[in-house]
Amino acid sequence: MKILTGSDLKSGAVVWWDGSSWSLHVEDACDVGEDAASIAAREEAERRVVVPYAIEATTDAQGRVRPAHIKDRIRALGPTVRADLTLRPADPEAGTWVI
Amino acid sequence: MYQYDRYDQQMVDARVAEFRDQVRRRLDGKLTEDQFKPLRLMNGLYLQLHAYMLRVAVPYGTLNSTQMHMLGTIADKYDRGYGHFTTRQNIQYNWIKLEDAPDILAELSTVEMHAIQTSGNCIRNISADHFAGAAADEVADPRPYAELMRQWSSFHPEFSYLPRKFKIAVIASETDRAAMRLHDIGIRIHKNDAGELGAAFYVGGGMGRTPMISHLVREWVPLDRLITYAEACLRVYNRYGRRDNKYKARIKILLHEIGAEDYAAQVDAEYQQLLDQGVEPPFAELQRIRTFFADPPFVEGLSDGVDQSDPAFAAWVQQNTHLHRVHGYTSATISLKPVGGIPGDATAAQIHLMADLAKEFSFDECRVTHAQNIVLPHVEQRRLYELWQRLDTAGLATANLDNIGDIIACPGLDYCSLANARAIPLAQKISQRFSDNGKDAVIGELKLKISGCINACGHHHAGHIGVLGVDRKGRENYQLLLGGSEGADTSLGKITGPGFDEDGVVDAIEKTTEVYLAQRQDGERFLDTYRRIGMEPFKEALYG
Ligand code: HEM
Ligand code: SF4
Repeated sequence: MKILTGSDLKSGAVVWWDGSSWSLHVEDACDVGEDAASIAAREEAERRVVVPYAIEATTDAQGRVRPAHIKDRIRALGPTVRADLTLRPADPEAGTWVI
Repeated sequence: MYQYDRYDQQMVDARVAEFRDQVRRRLDGKLTEDQFKPLRLMNGLYLQLHAYMLRVAVPYGTLNSTQMHMLGTIADKYDRGYGHFTTRQNIQYNWIKLEDAPDILAELSTVEMHAIQTSGNCIRNISADHFAGAAADEVADPRPYAELMRQWSSFHPEFSYLPRKFKIAVIASETDRAAMRLHDIGIRIHKNDAGELGAAFYVGGGMGRTPMISHLVREWVPLDRLITYAEACLRVYNRYGRRDNKYKARIKILLHEIGAEDYAAQVDAEYQQLLDQGVEPPFAELQRIRTFFADPPFVEGLSDGVDQSDPAFAAWVQQNTHLHRVHGYTSATISLKPVGGIPGDATAAQIHLMADLAKEFSFDECRVTHAQNIVLPHVEQRRLYELWQRLDTAGLATANLDNIGDIIACPGLDYCSLANARAIPLAQKISQRFSDNGKDAVIGELKLKISGCINACGHHHAGHIGVLGVDRKGRENYQLLLGGSEGADTSLGKITGPGFDEDGVVDAIEKTTEVYLAQRQDGERFLDTYRRIGMEPFKEALYG
């Protein structure tokens, strides 16, 4: 599947397109199919996102969206060396799928 | 330390106001990202893997405690409680919000700091020997010259759009502690037989994808012609540097293509012309700057010697202090490389503590080193134990300077959007591996440097052992290099052969050190042994 990601203009936070808005959680990302370019152009013009780009992704056994490339998996989680700064700091399993 | 005059402060304040307006226009939609990006980069604001990243300039690596406190305050107030000290003696914050950036720059300006010249194709923040003004082996303090060049280069209209970024380092001792030969221009202040000071200019060094060691272009430039000669060097580059190809745009490529002699001849011709035009600032300005770097009020008549009966303290003294030019003093390096830690990272609390210690123990001064550590340049030896105890309590007394645990590592794929592979976890594993079995002390001096991609921010070409992260079919892979050095004997490392995965490269490094330990002769460092026996025995152990 193809998903759309980018950074929040104001905060710089990594965000994922969920079909109607931007989420901080990669699990919310939806398949954008062929629409990546048009969504990206519109959202960028509305200043809701900066540097949007589409990437390949798959779903795991539980159906959770996982980016294909390691760089985007690290973006999805946060630095692999600072579990305390990731989106789910209390969850020791949070990063097991990243590397 | 240098203090801003009215012009310096006005320039910085005006820049903050300008940037505040630019950010407002970006958020209001009056500027697109394409229009805004070059403007934010001129103020050190990048967009990185997890957020905006702000790189703050630390001119020639020198900070007073007020400035250091400000760095801690920013880490706490606007970031996530820490900062990353870099190989260019700067600091980077990884979690900055665009909305906050103007406020951060405004706060920095109150302590005479900014983020200008930390990005873009201009003359970047100028680096210098981190023991400047303190080292026993220096002929002068290099910082007044670095400061003069800072003033000359800041917003210099002719050099704001060079073919590519431009990095200058200034040293004033035989021992090169600033990787001077790996800069676009390296300046070495030295003394002639008559006891006069002059500058040797080395041009065309650099790392990145095409590493090169600089050429000595002129042995002697009188100090009252420093700017004129530097301007001539830049002009020739600006005229002929390749603007058609980003990868061939650095000055090192120009020297490589036309030859150092031809380049030097052209610089000379330009220099002769410029001499008539009077571009050199009045010598009085250099004298004025020098007064700011006058000696602090050292206590006279102190004797040398430290009671080293506490073995942990003794280890730290032997490893982390450096000979001072005034009796009874020493320069102490605070290692930001705890075992298993993230090289160069410091928490806000640690930054504040180091600021306090700078004030209490080192005449209000500290330095950032290109090896990502912090120096307290002027510590009384009789107070060293007290200092060490304070550091030890805060986990800042790791005694590993220049050893295998004192790793330089760039942010790599954990933070950097250009990375191919992570650098930090590797550094953590290596420092753990070698401290677990006590091998680090046995091995002694071994400079290990890791970059997460070919851009070489982690100086891997210049590591006695270097590691370069590459992308191998979507997986992290690491190439190993041996034999680099960035001292007075600068050399570039050579790749051993096929790369390794993360665990593989840690094992490979261990094997490499085993070859060294088996082969070393009296007093040889790893680098010396490598230079004597060459690559083959290492290759044999790694791939044989
Ligand atoms: C994370 C954001 C960073 C980005 C986007 C970045 C980008 C780059 C690029 C593109 C180059 C290659 C320039 C060239 O060859 O023309 C480079 C070189 C370099 N960077 Fe970085 N860098 C970053 C962080 C750092 C950090 C954290 C350090 C210090 C640890 C650093 C220090 C250097 C040094 C020393 C060089 C080598 C300069 C040379 O080629 O001579 N950079 N950087
Ligand atoms: S060497 Fe590459 S990965 Fe490391 S900081 Fe520089 S650009 Fe990023």
